[in-house]
Amino acid sequence: MRTVILLAVALIGVPAILLGYVKLSEPLSGRNAKRASAVRPWLWLLPTFILVAVFLIYPVIMTIVMSLRSADSSSFVGLANYVAVFTSGSNLVALRNNLLWLVFFTLGTLLFGLLIAVLSDRVRYESVVKSLIFIPMAISFVAAGIIWKFMFEFQPAGETQVGTVNAILTSLVPGFQPKAWLFNTSTNNAALIAVGIWMWTGFAMVILSAAIKSIPVDVIEAAKIDGASELQVFFRITFPLVGPTLGFVATTLMINVLKVFDIVYVMTNGNLGTDVIANRMYKEMFNYNDTGVASAIAVFLLVCIVPVMIVNIKRFRQGGANG
Amino acid sequence: MAKVELKKLGKVYEGNVRAVDDANIVIDDKEFVVFVGPSGCGKSTTLRMIAGLEDITEGELFIDGKMVNDVPPKDRDIAMVFQNYALYPHMTVYENMAFGLKIRKLPKAEIESRVKEAARILDIEKLLDRRPKQLSGGQRQRVAVGRAIVRNPKVFLFDEPLSNLDAKLRVQMRAELIELHDRLKATMIYVTHDQVEAMTMGDKIVVMRDGKVQQIGSPLYLYNQPINKFVAGFIGSPPMNFLTVKVGEEGGRIFVEEAAFKLYPAAEHSSLLKSYIGKEVSFGIRPEDLPYADHQGSGVIKAKVTVVEPLGAEIHVWGTTGTQPLVAKVPPHHMFKIGDDVSFAPVMEKARFFDRDTELSILPVKWDERA
Repeated sequence: MRTVILLAVALIGVPAILLGYVKLSEPLSGRNAKRASAVRPWLWLLPTFILVAVFLIYPVIMTIVMSLRSADSSSFVGLANYVAVFTSGSNLVALRNNLLWLVFFTLGTLLFGLLIAVLSDRVRYESVVKSLIFIPMAISFVAAGIIWKFMFEFQPAGETQVGTVNAILTSLVPGFQPKAWLFNTSTNNAALIAVGIWMWTGFAMVILSAAIKSIPVDVIEAAKIDGASELQVFFRITFPLVGPTLGFVATTLMINVLKVFDIVYVMTNGNLGTDVIANRMYKEMFNYNDTGVASAIAVFLLVCIVPVMIVNIKRFRQGGANG
Repeated sequence: MAKVELKKLGKVYEGNVRAVDDANIVIDDKEFVVFVGPSGCGKSTTLRMIAGLEDITEGELFIDGKMVNDVPPKDRDIAMVFQNYALYPHMTVYENMAFGLKIRKLPKAEIESRVKEAARILDIEKLLDRRPKQLSGGQRQRVAVGRAIVRNPKVFLFDEPLSNLDAKLRVQMRAELIELHDRLKATMIYVTHDQVEAMTMGDKIVVMRDGKVQQIGSPLYLYNQPINKFVAGFIGSPPMNFLTVKVGEEGGRIFVEEAAFKLYPAAEHSSLLKSYIGKEVSFGIRPEDLPYADHQGSGVIKAKVTVVEPLGAEIHVWGTTGTQPLVAKVPPHHMFKIGDDVSFAPVMEKARFFDRDTELSILPVKWDERA
């Protein structure tokens, strides 16, 4: 019964309120037709502005304010929290790891996405391949983390390897010693990044594949007749033509990787040198109740992401203007 | 420069779809050959097989005496101009033209002089720094042609290169391509569905239909000696009239008749029609061989006018014999109105006769003019 009422409110109430608002705001625009048409858009946008202000701008400002105050927000501490972010050992490890993620995750995802997009373009079972590669996008990060935890499972040498990765390697590579992928500090970051790549390759592939398909067939044929080999066609024609799309995918991946959290939280919880900034923020906030440092990390993340975001929006606008 | 030979060339797509069947064509060195036919006739597929863009499933292809069935396009030394120009969108006009030469690692100075020379010939010197997006359709087409000629290939292939241009530009480019062929003295193969392009440009025309070569010959040969109803109807505009007539004989004289007329074929045609006495044949007469007759006597076709198309230099008069439509090309000083009863006196020496069942010419004609 409650669901029905809620549904009715949503289906009838919300449009009714919107309509009512438009009706009520109409007299405010005044009689002068010219003035009214100048004022009207602002009146219509007002509710959105209010929502954005309450749920976005105000929290951002409060976060900045809190980042300048002590752990319990009781006193002003200046930039001390920021100093902590950039000096404490565990935070520096997180910063280093985020850099690793930024470079290797982005490059790896782009490389695999492009490779699969190019290769699958030439086979008949393309749609099957692409569906399989895309499936991880549909899994929750938590589920993916758990799946890969099983995949990376380690048993000492001599025992039956139940982890897929170790099982395959020990049975295929003679003399291979099973590894504790997630505990060994030389492999654990790479193992986590691999999971990220596995999840995001589908995204890169789908968008790059669309870009590749938008290259006219006769342009490729013209290059072949002009004497280009398959590799030359790829590097001199295909690659430059998907360049803008590659840039878009790269920036989107970067925005996401800066915020990486779930995979690390589920698989290692940032232990053994695998922590990342977002996970640090979570820990400072909910484990140590330090709103000051947590907010400082949040502000730092925001500052990192904004420029990438601007590049992406610019590119998007250019694309829109060209198309 | 080179000779291109197609021996029993065929293309069968998956699912047993046959696009080209048993094509035997010889294209001589320095010849301008046009493949013409309606869409889906296999002309483009044939061209793409010569280019190496399409696998050859049957027969053999020789370029310059060498079998090239399995040679990839890049090693065939051919250049191709595509219908949609196929310029590289991320390169300037100069880079577009230089691409094939850079790939072949020619010295920079050589590349520059070749591109400049081609640009001069095509009058696109001022566009060298532009990108394809900044060019008009006609300019793009010139660049596409330029990209082909800088390569100085053995064979030039053109795949309906003028069909995206407006009518005026098309006529201009047509003339320029003829001039270009004359200047380069290169082997050129040109695909079009436009019979006017075929007639005006080709040294030799290959008419195709449903994947099969119908007839090969010079434009005038095909115009005057079509091998079947299809070639007769495809070449020439407005198309040849086909009237179903019955062959008869009276007093040793062969005649063909229909309700609205009775005509006496020329002597050399009469003997060939003897075996058709009592049967129906298709009587073909071109609109230009149907002069207006101001008498109602014998040897004329009586018709009622249905449409009049004054073109300035001439008038196309469409009419009906009562059961069959026909069109005549008459000088502009005649005045016709829809509904007029008119007579045309066909030039019987120019008439063609076709078998009703096989559609083949009853008059002897060569499949390949030079064979």
